[in-house]
Amino acid sequence: MDYLRAFLVGGIICVIAQILMDKTKLTPARILVLYVTVGAILGGIGIYKKIIDFGGAGATVPLLGFGNSLAQGAIKAVKKDGITGAFTGGLTATAGGIAAAIFFGYLFSIIFNPRTKK
Amino acid sequence: MEKDIKKQQEYKDIAQKYEPKPTLLKNVLWAFVVGGLICDVGQFFLNLFVKRGMTPEQAGTPVAIIMVFLGSFLTGIGIYDDIGRFAGAGSVVPITGFANSIVSPAMEFKREGFVFGVASRMFNIAGPVIVYGVGTSIIVGLIYYFLKG
Amino acid sequence: MAIKKIGSQTVKFANPPSIISSGTIVGPKEGQGPLKDYFDMILTDDTYGEKSWEKAECKMFQDSVNLALKKASLNISDIDYLIGGDLLNQIITSSFAARQFNVPTFGLYGACSTMAEGLSIASMLIDGGFADYIVVTTSSHFSTAERQYRFPLEQGVQRPFTSQWTVTGSGSSVLSSNGTGPYITHVTTGKVVDLGMKDANNMGAAMAPAAADTILTHFNDTGFTIDDYDLIITGDMARVGKSILMELLRKEYMNIEDKYKDCGIEIYDESQDVHSGGSGAGCSAVVLNGWLLQQIKSGIYNRVLFIATGALLSPTSTQQGESIPGIAHAVTISNYA
Repeated sequence: MDYLRAFLVGGIICVIAQILMDKTKLTPARILVLYVTVGAILGGIGIYKKIIDFGGAGATVPLLGFGNSLAQGAIKAVKKDGITGAFTGGLTATAGGIAAAIFFGYLFSIIFNPRTKK
Repeated sequence: MEKDIKKQQEYKDIAQKYEPKPTLLKNVLWAFVVGGLICDVGQFFLNLFVKRGMTPEQAGTPVAIIMVFLGSFLTGIGIYDDIGRFAGAGSVVPITGFANSIVSPAMEFKREGFVFGVASRMFNIAGPVIVYGVGTSIIVGLIYYFLKG
Repeated sequence: MAIKKIGSQTVKFANPPSIISSGTIVGPKEGQGPLKDYFDMILTDDTYGEKSWEKAECKMFQDSVNLALKKASLNISDIDYLIGGDLLNQIITSSFAARQFNVPTFGLYGACSTMAEGLSIASMLIDGGFADYIVVTTSSHFSTAERQYRFPLEQGVQRPFTSQWTVTGSGSSVLSSNGTGPYITHVTTGKVVDLGMKDANNMGAAMAPAAADTILTHFNDTGFTIDDYDLIITGDMARVGKSILMELLRKEYMNIEDKYKDCGIEIYDESQDVHSGGSGAGCSAVVLNGWLLQQIKSGIYNRVLFIATGALLSPTSTQQGESIPGIAHAVTISNYA
């Protein structure tokens, strides 16, 4: 059941992006920026948590989820440390993902070479 | 000048008439299926960590790390761009697509060296994502502080 | 006094130069297309044994020059000028290739129109009495163009249907004051035309107004009618650009459809998933120097209007939201002087 819900929620989030791309000629880079920003806003006003409760990984794996984690991290840290938390919380909450992206990104670009498209 | 604008508008109408439209329905279907499947892979690992006693929130970070690993690896072995050709947003929006956007330029610009090639190009797309994501989260935190603090 | 100029933009040569020889080299994908039998050399690997694609393109450029020279039994020292162009920033392919040749060189940039631009200037130099032998070469490479203008190769993106596929290939023509044809009898130099198109993935739409302008001007200047030509062929309008071009010409009461072809459409089969068609400075160069010249020599087409079109955009101009200027140069290639 949770697989079905993750599939549905994740699929719908991707479909919205696809329609945006096809209708407005937004590039993938702009879509990613848009999604992370929207995710942080939805996370900040507390809506995204409800989507996660329903969709599980379907809501956390898309970049909206990354934005949500950043915002949730900032709020959590503000509660704990006051105003400094607004600056430390976002990156603390997402440190694992970002560090992994840097580490594996570097590693695999050293190991592999690009191939031309067929 | 006014004549130019009219001429441009007239031409735009002609050009638009012959512009093949993206096959929206097919694209949407592919995006839905592939995007959904990638999220299910995430769900599989999420369930795995929860079964081992983590809370879903705690499990978020290791799941993200694994998904980033998979996205980077599939890009390295040259499969992710083939998926993307069909899946479109279905493979862009998941965090695996974020990893793809890091590895693909880094690999491509390796010839320009390990500092200005690999390391700086890694952040071609990831850089803006982090800038806007972190920027927004700071604003969210500040607003929270002043409203509720 | 400009005694050889006729009309507003056209030159008619007193002693038309001949294209005495040509050389072509293409990548694996082009080597699977419908024109595969007409190319001198087909690469099995588009890195051509080099460490970077830029180096591979440079080697293709050199080899197409060498192939053309060899067929004409000439040495590079017989050549008065090398005229070359490509798509990379600061036309590095042409300049780096020319390092090896030790010959006076003109570097041109006209994007995908460069082959016709080069033939125009070379013909003027020869008819003007400034040279006897000139090599004109252009090249493009899918993988070097893609990273400069669009996305990294391994990034998972969808190419829109209006997009074109940059041809991996290089073509050379050797022009001589002394030859038996095919002759270059007229050239019409295009104006830069910009009707405000901004989509870098739809270059056909950006270039069509320039192509229409040059074609109309050519017929006005020369007094030729469509019946004077056996074939009118553009460089890389591709399918989207072709439809627009036909409509633009119909509006001016000119219908060339029966005699019209486009190098970007001819070079690939529709099953090769190139969307609108081929493009790149190498596209018109390899189709002209491979397929088309052989057709002219065998008398299938006796007089051809060759119009190479260019979209004069750069990654910077695209990012700054500028529209895309287009240009088209027309060259009359004929079996009769």
